[in-house]
Amino acid sequence: METIILFAPLVGAILAGFGWKVIGEKPAQYLTVGLLFLAALLSWIVFIWLEPETRTITLFRWIESGSLSIDWAIRMDRLTATMLVVVTTVSSLVHLYSIGYMAHDENFSDNEPYRARFFAYLSFFTFTMLMLVTSDNLVQMFFGWEGVGVASYLLIGFYFKKPSANAAAMKAFIVNRVGDFGFALGIFGLFYMVDSIRLEDVFAAAPKLAETQISFLWAEWNAANLLMMLLFIGAMGKSAQLFLHTWLPDAMEGPTPVSALIHAATMVTAGVFLVARMSPLMEYAPYAKDFIVIVGATTALFAASVGLVQNDIKRVIAYSTCSQLGYMFVAAGAGVYGAAMFHLLTHAFFKALLFLGAGSVIHAMHHEQDMRNYGGLRKKIPLTFAAMVIGTLAITGVGIPFTYIGFAGFFSKDAIIESAYVVSDYAFWMLVIAALFTSFYSWRLIFMTFFGEARGDKHTHDHAHESPMSMLVPLGVLSLGAIFSGFIFYSSFFGDVEKSREFFGMPEHIAAVEGEGGETAGSSHGGEAEAEVADTSEHNAEETVVAMSEHNVAMAGGAVAPQGAIYMRADNMVLEEAHEVADWVKLSPFIAMLLGLGTAYMFYMRRPDWPRRLAEAQKPLYLFLLNKWYFDEIFDVIFVRPAMALGRFLWKQGDEKTIDGGLNGLAMGVVPYLTRMAGRAQSGYLFHYAFAMVLGIAILITWMSIGGGVE
Amino acid sequence: MDTDLIAASVRASSPEIIVIIGACAALMLSLWPHQDQQKYLTWLSLITILLASAQTLQLSPRPVNIVETTYSGMFVVDAFATYFKMLLYLGTALTILMSGKFLQTEEAVKGEYYVLLLFALAGTMIMVSGADLLIIYIGLELQALSIYVLTGFLKTRGRSVEAALKYVILGAFSSGILLYGLSLIYGLTGSTQLGVLNSALATADLSEPMLILATVFLLVGLLFKIGAVPFHMWVPDIYEGAPTPITAYLSVASKTAAFAVLLRVFMGSLIGLEPLWSSGLAAIAVATMALGSLVALVQDNIKRLLAYSSISHVGFLLLGIIAGTTSGMSAILLYLLIYTFMTLGLFAIVILLHRDVRAGEPLTLFSGLAQSHAGLAFMAMIFLFSLAGIPPTGGFFAKFYVLVALIDAGHVTLAVIAVLLSAVAAWFYLRLIMLIYIQPAEPTTGSTAAPATGPTGHARAAILLSAPMRLVLLFSFSGTVLSGIFPAWFLAMARQASLSGLGN
Amino acid sequence: MPVDFLPVFLMVAVVSGLALFIFTLSALIRTDNPYPEKNRPYECGVDHVGEASAGLFKVQYFVIAILFVVFDVETMFLFPWAVVLKDMGLFGYIEMFVFIVLLLVGFIYAWVKGALEWEF
Repeated sequence: METIILFAPLVGAILAGFGWKVIGEKPAQYLTVGLLFLAALLSWIVFIWLEPETRTITLFRWIESGSLSIDWAIRMDRLTATMLVVVTTVSSLVHLYSIGYMAHDENFSDNEPYRARFFAYLSFFTFTMLMLVTSDNLVQMFFGWEGVGVASYLLIGFYFKKPSANAAAMKAFIVNRVGDFGFALGIFGLFYMVDSIRLEDVFAAAPKLAETQISFLWAEWNAANLLMMLLFIGAMGKSAQLFLHTWLPDAMEGPTPVSALIHAATMVTAGVFLVARMSPLMEYAPYAKDFIVIVGATTALFAASVGLVQNDIKRVIAYSTCSQLGYMFVAAGAGVYGAAMFHLLTHAFFKALLFLGAGSVIHAMHHEQDMRNYGGLRKKIPLTFAAMVIGTLAITGVGIPFTYIGFAGFFSKDAIIESAYVVSDYAFWMLVIAALFTSFYSWRLIFMTFFGEARGDKHTHDHAHESPMSMLVPLGVLSLGAIFSGFIFYSSFFGDVEKSREFFGMPEHIAAVEGEGGETAGSSHGGEAEAEVADTSEHNAEETVVAMSEHNVAMAGGAVAPQGAIYMRADNMVLEEAHEVADWVKLSPFIAMLLGLGTAYMFYMRRPDWPRRLAEAQKPLYLFLLNKWYFDEIFDVIFVRPAMALGRFLWKQGDEKTIDGGLNGLAMGVVPYLTRMAGRAQSGYLFHYAFAMVLGIAILITWMSIGGGVE
Repeated sequence: MDTDLIAASVRASSPEIIVIIGACAALMLSLWPHQDQQKYLTWLSLITILLASAQTLQLSPRPVNIVETTYSGMFVVDAFATYFKMLLYLGTALTILMSGKFLQTEEAVKGEYYVLLLFALAGTMIMVSGADLLIIYIGLELQALSIYVLTGFLKTRGRSVEAALKYVILGAFSSGILLYGLSLIYGLTGSTQLGVLNSALATADLSEPMLILATVFLLVGLLFKIGAVPFHMWVPDIYEGAPTPITAYLSVASKTAAFAVLLRVFMGSLIGLEPLWSSGLAAIAVATMALGSLVALVQDNIKRLLAYSSISHVGFLLLGIIAGTTSGMSAILLYLLIYTFMTLGLFAIVILLHRDVRAGEPLTLFSGLAQSHAGLAFMAMIFLFSLAGIPPTGGFFAKFYVLVALIDAGHVTLAVIAVLLSAVAAWFYLRLIMLIYIQPAEPTTGSTAAPATGPTGHARAAILLSAPMRLVLLFSFSGTVLSGIFPAWFLAMARQASLSGLGN
Repeated sequence: MPVDFLPVFLMVAVVSGLALFIFTLSALIRTDNPYPEKNRPYECGVDHVGEASAGLFKVQYFVIAILFVVFDVETMFLFPWAVVLKDMGLFGYIEMFVFIVLLLVGFIYAWVKGALEWEF
């Protein structure tokens, strides 16, 4: 069954991509949609009836080289199953949605066949994403990782007639290469240390890695920390975290369904998935964890602050995505992987909903994306309006505190904020402020788009119309997800310690703390060390005794990979402590949300002149935010230009000055090309070539006489 | 002389004999004026290569670790040579297939072209099978002389003739150096046979100046052939000036043969001197990769760009030698195979886009390809992805195995540098892809700064895909893709070949 | 070591001595009667054009020189071969046959291409 899930999109991609001329464009579209829905259905079956033990399904022997031998295999556990559900569900809905969205496109002339190609790319992306999440070794994962990069590149640049789309595609690819470099180094490092890149072996060796030092670049490092940092750099690239985030907003050049699928729900969460997947290693890498928390929290605030002033509807949501990914990393860095995955799941629903809703608005407004030209669309496109409001309620985390009533974001975001409070004050305050910003820009989007006067082109407004059914159905389904997914999965992912242990298939060890709201959790089943248990639950003495008597369970084999989809060390009590934080902490995101909503209401409903006046009063700040903290400009100066300059230097100085130069260059050193052509006619050139060779020989002889003789 | 021994020798060298007979036949055929002459010559050459490859396969040693030495120890048939010969057949056959159209557009259809290619093939075959430095040298010269002429084959084009002249002079220079190294080796050990050298040099004093000179000269002679820094100077000029199919041949087949010799000599016979040459070679590899990748960034001629790209690939390949292990060697063998596929594929597309030699080959040839020829554009993209080393194409695995071998051997720093530089190299491949997919086709060529002609410029004339071209593209494309999907199968072949022991 | 090369040095000495001896002898006994036709280079009946050192000479000279070298090599191979042919038997015969056929192919090519035609 897992095999079918994995390969159905590939089959779709191949048939649609290469066979559409035979089967026709329309059938190709329906075929991919059908196959995706099949995959989604099977994924849910797998998810619901998942067995607690980790299973490995080997497909075929793949790579063999020296001590390295890799099978192509599927690793089935809760993490994989969760990702399967997220990916296939959102992907199938996006496929369906695209039938309507891509039906007519002004970027292509009428007789150009682009639809089948689009669907083939989408399905190909889905396949590579599934390959990433199902892999049981790091190389296969790297393949999926690069595969989604390629698919993303193709899809961002789908409107290849738009130069900006192509530039964005390049940028996404190159920024990701930087991250991939870290990821690849991490993989090589792990292989170097562990002599295997199978996840099982890596996990088993994690405790040993924590005690090993390796030297890298200029210093000695703790192996576990270093390797986890390297892997995280890969995650930062893919998940658009600070410094490597610049590609994500630009990626909005792609068609909107692509933004929804790749740049909101699935690919960008691959980084979070990676960190959660590597949890056994993470648990032994305290510094890496701290780093992740700090980067995540800073990104959350940074992106949210930039989102405040953007005017392009998709860019607002893009920065919002960036910010929400920061939340997930905070949770993962804090060691509450369940909460990270939980937010990943709910976020996939409501962010895809927001994007598809935005797509519906853009569709209605004839590809106008500037919110300043919207306004008053509530009555024109009521269903889209409803969906967008649901999405906004979900992302801002509307719910009634201290109860189990609320939208998806209410559960998952609050879970993260509570966890953050336990590990770091910095992260906590960053996230709370980010929540305020989130609320502000989300409602700003709603108010600017759907309320007030119609601004912009009158003709466009008059012709605004509701989208076709194929686009509304996905909106409906995702709305359901945005409303209920938090409530349904809360206890499994985060709320109930016992349940979530079972859910992730972790062996039952310590749980000797109170559950949420002061009620005692179920009986504990032994921990690794009594001291840790005693530390955390001082007011629960009798349970400590129980724990002590049964503490000998997990001490056995040191080199066996820990059970379960995620691993939390015995002293990792963040999950438990997060449930006990003070009431004001639990209340804080709610207050932040209300503040944001109120401000947005004042700014954009009651006093529409305030934003402009504020922007003028605080001009530097406004420009700072509007220009995204000037990251692009800084990168341009630091990285892009020096690289170009170096290349040009080597070319001019090395190729032209020293070689062309000598005899002819002095006379005609004006236009490089002319110089070269003219210089070629002379044999003075050859002399220089030969001279370089002689020089090379001399250097080699010297080198060997000195270096070789000594050894 | 013992008749059985002679018969065995003839049998062992039968593929070479077949190729030479084919070349002679082609030479005679070229004298017979006929309007379909080119077609006949193509067929004759291909059949010759096919026969030779059948014979090579038939002779291939089973089990693989058997080494058959003939001609009094000067000529060897082992799995290593078999693998390389098959690679050379592939490269030469694809070159011949893609030449037809090019020669027609250039109005340079001449029978000698095919004859010389076959002689060059024979030369390279002798190089990979040679077990004696002199035999290797003779093969190398046969190959080089043929290529000199082929480089200047477009007699009326200044660039082509000029490239040929430069190549002859620099080639003679380098082969002189090689010969000098050879004679020094002979002076030191009293033999030129690789098998004897191995034991003779095992106890050599590494600080002996003559030994250092000999090693350097041998190394330099071979490094020139593969175009490693600082002996790469000829590469861009000759690549640009030579007829495009010959450029393809140069960057694939002649490089492959030189690598075979480099492996056989340095990892077989001179392995005892490894402390002497390995650090220098590492420096050269890094310099080669760096220079190739960085200078390629600013090229505006497609053939020059590919020249620098091939330089940077050579740097990567050299790393496999530095690893010094069997897995490093099999990584090189695999790399060369995949490199053959992807490079020839891309060159085939360059030839298809080529209009005439006066216009040169500016990068803008590629612009707007996606609009006019989506299929070709897609193939070009795959080849470029592969050259950049992006999975799931073969190019990724080529690099991957080299890196694994390098790390296995403990050269982590080198691996890191290699990964970094290949990231730089990815940039200019992506730039080409960008050209293919973004820019509209330009009506005029030659100038990169020509203004765009609006979103739908249909300036490009329809490209006629002839059957041979289709075949080339089919081969190279499926090779590139399949090696990305089933690398283990391809690696198994390379592994077998590298396990044959290299005579030690 | 140098002692091993004694025959070589001896050979060099004898050859140069002989050459010197012959030149001196002919200078002593020949009649000296120079006239313009005789003093021109390439005393072969063809007028020269320009100076050879300026790079201008008829390319046919070059082609014929090359052909001459090729057949010279053949002769150099044939002499020792003829000496040991008896010992080598059939194999030796076939070997020379192959060699001459290869040469012949080249010769035919050159001939048909017109390399032997003299253009004035």
